[in-house]
Amino acid sequence: MANEVVDHGRRRFLTAATAVVGGVGVVSVAVPFIKSWEPSARAKAAGAPVTQSLAKIESGQQLIVGWRSLPVFIVNRTKDQLATLPTQDSRLVDPKSDGASAQQQPKYAQNEARSIKPEWLVMVGICTHLGCVPGYVGEMKPEPFDPNWKGGYYCPCHHSRYDMAGRVYQGVPAPKNMQIPPYHFIDDMTIQIGVDPKGAA
Amino acid sequence: MANVFSNIGDWVGERAPGLAPFYRKHMSAYYAPKNFNLWYYFGVLAIVVLVNQILTGIFLTMNYNPSAAGAFDSVQYIMRDVEWGWLIRYMHSTGASLFFVVVFLHMFRGLMYGSYKKPREMVWLLGMLIFLVLMAEAFMGYVLPWGNMSFWGAKVIISLFGTIPFIGNTLVEWIMGDFLPADSTLNRFFALHVIALPIVLLLLVVLHIFALHEVGSNNPDGVDIKHGPKGNRWDANKPADGVPFHPYYTVHDLVGIGFLLMIASFIIFFAPTFGGWFLEHDNSIMANNLVTPAEIKPVWYFTPFYAIVRMVPSFFGTAVWGVLAMFGAIAVLFFLPWFDRGQVRSIRYRGTGYKVALGLFVVAFLGLGAVGTGITAEVIPKWFGNVDLTTWENLFGRLMTIIYFGFFPFLWAYTHFGWEKTKPVPERVTGHD
Amino acid sequence: MKQWYLSKSLLFLVAVTLGLLVGSFSVQAAEEPELMSSGASVRDQASLQRGAKMFFNYCVGCHSLKYVRYSRIAQDLNLSEQDVMQNLNFTGGKFDDQVISHMPADMATKWFGKAPPDLSLEVSAKGEDWVYTYLNSFYLDPHSPIGWNNTVLPNAAMPFPLAELQGLQTATMKPGTTDVVEKLEISHPGTMTPAQYQQSMRDLTSFLQYASEPAALQREHYGIWVVLFLAVFTFLAYLLNKEYWKDVH
Repeated sequence: MANEVVDHGRRRFLTAATAVVGGVGVVSVAVPFIKSWEPSARAKAAGAPVTQSLAKIESGQQLIVGWRSLPVFIVNRTKDQLATLPTQDSRLVDPKSDGASAQQQPKYAQNEARSIKPEWLVMVGICTHLGCVPGYVGEMKPEPFDPNWKGGYYCPCHHSRYDMAGRVYQGVPAPKNMQIPPYHFIDDMTIQIGVDPKGAA
Repeated sequence: MANVFSNIGDWVGERAPGLAPFYRKHMSAYYAPKNFNLWYYFGVLAIVVLVNQILTGIFLTMNYNPSAAGAFDSVQYIMRDVEWGWLIRYMHSTGASLFFVVVFLHMFRGLMYGSYKKPREMVWLLGMLIFLVLMAEAFMGYVLPWGNMSFWGAKVIISLFGTIPFIGNTLVEWIMGDFLPADSTLNRFFALHVIALPIVLLLLVVLHIFALHEVGSNNPDGVDIKHGPKGNRWDANKPADGVPFHPYYTVHDLVGIGFLLMIASFIIFFAPTFGGWFLEHDNSIMANNLVTPAEIKPVWYFTPFYAIVRMVPSFFGTAVWGVLAMFGAIAVLFFLPWFDRGQVRSIRYRGTGYKVALGLFVVAFLGLGAVGTGITAEVIPKWFGNVDLTTWENLFGRLMTIIYFGFFPFLWAYTHFGWEKTKPVPERVTGHD
Repeated sequence: MKQWYLSKSLLFLVAVTLGLLVGSFSVQAAEEPELMSSGASVRDQASLQRGAKMFFNYCVGCHSLKYVRYSRIAQDLNLSEQDVMQNLNFTGGKFDDQVISHMPADMATKWFGKAPPDLSLEVSAKGEDWVYTYLNSFYLDPHSPIGWNNTVLPNAAMPFPLAELQGLQTATMKPGTTDVVEKLEISHPGTMTPAQYQQSMRDLTSFLQYASEPAALQREHYGIWVVLFLAVFTFLAYLLNKEYWKDVH
């Protein structure tokens, strides 16, 4: 039972060193587990760029294609629909998409029609409020939810409304314009969703 | 800063007054004998492996698909498409085998130093229950990848219940929920493997440790430190030969855990199939109810028990005897504390008869393992040339079976009739490593 | 006394471990008695690339690798998307798709008696030496309905698409038997020398070994660092343990 002098410094140092190395070990082990939640190769393969021909979409019609499990609206907008866009500016939250919605589209789609070619709207069809899929109400006629309806999108969940460029109206719960995905034209009648045009980023 | 911590401590202490005494009882004021040796690592190592199995198991369920159509593909999905999924699966599959390595050594330690004897019978019984549940857990987990060995392993093991007279066939169909291992079987095994049995296992482990801490740990000398002199450098009323579990055995165990993790990592990263022993080749083929693998045998840790089934012939038109013998081989271990009437615990001070018997018992266990894994079927022709393999293998296997079961009555007679010549047990433990 | 017990315990552990290892190797060796040694290795990237080329030129017509994606092959074998899509992908699949053969299963069953198996896990299931030996062991057999037979998989339903490379092998049967092959000889040389052919088969086997477990490349890469890290941790824990146990006499 000889009580020798304990070298507290050495003891503290070794305790700290073991704890630090052990801590690094625990954190390192956590990394693979955390990363296992990232999209798998299968999910990524399903999220690969989608090529879509536009040839069969008639004027005024909408086609919905899947990209990364998201619904992407492709609309062949009519001349009339395009003509209404500037007239709605005063009723919109962010008509130029440079305020709250500045990040909602690539630079090359940050214009009045929010598109590369004015007639073709390519947009992720997810309401910016709580993620429902708004319905396409393309006709310009009075609707129960808006007597001055000029065509656009109406979300069934909480009644958010968007115009024909996916710009959100004032006075609805949704805060931002709907998102425009990266896409480009492979030729006049074919687009690829998920890849920016060459030279744009 | 220190103030903040002590305030938090006070806050918790007031609201959970049992916490600090609980910690003292099981850690800082649990006095364990100071002479633990290498064999005393395996308990804590079993806990480490259990934690590993639970963590990796939870993450495997996130991508596993418990259906006959999807299970096999989902395992390959984990191995290839899920980020780091291969590591998580290999940790789980290697952990399963290491669990049994560690538990077998832990149990052998108990035999060697008489840890099952009075007053630790409850610890031993709970430990045996853990072993039983662990075997069920391992078996059901082995079925889940739905490879061809999974399928046929499930079929054979479930068929063991079919040997029970009268109700056997009904029972087998009830277990499978079909006429062969099928979707329904896989689904119920999944539920049992990931929820039911782990809960039971955890509960039993907690009880096992509580029961141990009630009576105190045994040690390689088999000396009861509670009955020895009192007073050590930490507490005047505690056993002189005890040291506080924390910090002395926590730092001690860290070394053992480090070694275990090194061995496990080596296997996980460099030999995850362990030459077909941990992950079998035939399990790389999807379950096929029309083609039985050429060699159908269970994973290595079941082989000693499986061999007993093979070694017992059928009598009176039923094969139930082999199955009874197999379950008996486990059941008989439950009663070990009552077979052994000897007063001396540790092998260090026991009679030569006990040492030889225990040695033979281990040889029998390994020998049965050799029969079950097919090692004897390979070795006998190599060593003895062109002999009748079945006869020789049966001869060897039956000898091993007799030795295995013979251990228990021998031990009873040896200790009951006072044939054992023990050495004097010291008053105090003989030192520490 | 104490030292003696410790060393005995250690000795026992070592003996059991060695026994298990020796046992496992003897079983391994005995399972497949007459296989050639493939020398395949997933660490040889050039070999993997040649093997991939071999697979996509000669095998993918009938055999899929349904768990392997083209993009993964590109990534692991250090090939560009263009390389893979132009030189390997003849199935018309997308870059992220899995390698699925075009052969319709029902037609295959009609032609060969059974559908050609998927080869994703062939090496895991059979071992690389088996696959290598199989690829080296086709011989002409007039009794077989397809004209070919194989020594490691007798009555294989597979014709031998690599005959143009290896040449034609004929078998000499063991005296007194009609179906036990004693040796194989090349009776009609192919476009490759035997050494070239064996190297090609080694490459192909390596590629199939890779396909069985793409993670093998990662695991060996990380493994050494994990073990070294744990060695450092264990050493520190050892010092810490020694330091604390100075208190105990």
